[in-house]
Amino acid sequence: MSLALQTFSTVKDASAALQAAGSRYLGGGTLVVRAANEGDVSVSSLVRVADPGLSRIAVSGGKVRLGASATMAAIARHPELAALAPAARAVGGPAIRNMATVGGNLFAPAPYGDFAVALLALDATVFTEDGEMPIETFLTGRDTSRVIVTAVGFSLPSMESFRFLKVSRVKPKGVSVLSIAALLQRTADGTVTSARIALGCMADRPIRALATEKALLGSKLTPQEIAPALAAAGEGITPITDPIASAWYRAEVLPVHLGRLLSQ
Amino acid sequence: MAKVPVQFMLNGSEKAEFVESGTTLLNALRDKIGDTSPKGGCHQGTCGACSVIIDGELRLSCLTLAETCIGADIKTTAGLAEGGVLHPLQRAFLDAFATQCGFCTPGMIMAAKVLLDRTPNPSREDVVEALSGNICRCTGYEPIIQAVLLAARANSQNAA
Repeated sequence: MSLALQTFSTVKDASAALQAAGSRYLGGGTLVVRAANEGDVSVSSLVRVADPGLSRIAVSGGKVRLGASATMAAIARHPELAALAPAARAVGGPAIRNMATVGGNLFAPAPYGDFAVALLALDATVFTEDGEMPIETFLTGRDTSRVIVTAVGFSLPSMESFRFLKVSRVKPKGVSVLSIAALLQRTADGTVTSARIALGCMADRPIRALATEKALLGSKLTPQEIAPALAAAGEGITPITDPIASAWYRAEVLPVHLGRLLSQ
Repeated sequence: MAKVPVQFMLNGSEKAEFVESGTTLLNALRDKIGDTSPKGGCHQGTCGACSVIIDGELRLSCLTLAETCIGADIKTTAGLAEGGVLHPLQRAFLDAFATQCGFCTPGMIMAAKVLLDRTPNPSREDVVEALSGNICRCTGYEPIIQAVLLAARANSQNAA
């Protein structure tokens, strides 16, 4: 089987080519070349954009903009993105992180897409050629989307407010059993004033733990206060089953790992 | 299918080939150019056996299209030995019994080379992290970790 690769200098031209049947966008190659290697005959042509601007990472005034072609390695080593480094380092091994992009991670089906879990907790905005949308809207429609993501933007969280955890069976790196990202705003006495929690592997794409978020409001994250939030963690989840873990196992261990993350 | 010309530096010498569009770098290196040091293990980005160094960064040649490497500087394990003298990492892998069937070894050595190029005196944790994308089914990893640490010590002794 052969693939035809078309390289464009602008996103606009690439978008036009991407409307053809059988075409897929090539970012770092860790999803789409993998699919082609596996024998996915639905992929017959690849479209890519050779614009270095798409790899740009901009941090200013507390706002972050990650170009869609920015790699996990570039994010992990960026001096101003230390809060995000654990999420970027959670993706693959060193070689994968040199290739895997922010844009690609948004499309990665569970058990992949750990970085997108972090972006969901951060309430990121997804920028495309046609405009911008909240990440939740983007994730809902991603399967049928034919747009090229150009960047994601969000407010830079403080180290204290953002927590990320990936659980895998192989150390130090392995495929996700689950991943959790939590953005918690707290007052000086530790009271939670806002909580945004995103889960990976608890559906075919990252989802929010809405019931848990609600249960945490007003708490000081004591074990007694965390308990009802953990009890609510199973609401609305439909974990995936794969060779790493069954849906049952993932649902069973979610409150355990969520409890550890919240107790940190 | 139209063939496309690709040209890049491979281990310091210029290579030019015509490949079918969509050919992976792994297949171009092995089948067209004849460098069989990168191995095709899983073709899924999981095993690391096809690891090569492109413009100083570790990458998986099975997930990289040859056309995207035009003008790049590519290094493989085949280019490490100089004039029949093994590279310190190759020497250390032999001395520490870090290779059994040998299939993962070229990928392991590429991952270790990138580490030592940037971190000449790595900790054990650094080595484990650097090799975390490479799978070995023979050794249990410990001899490989020891080999990389041994190569690092040998390098620092030579430099002293």
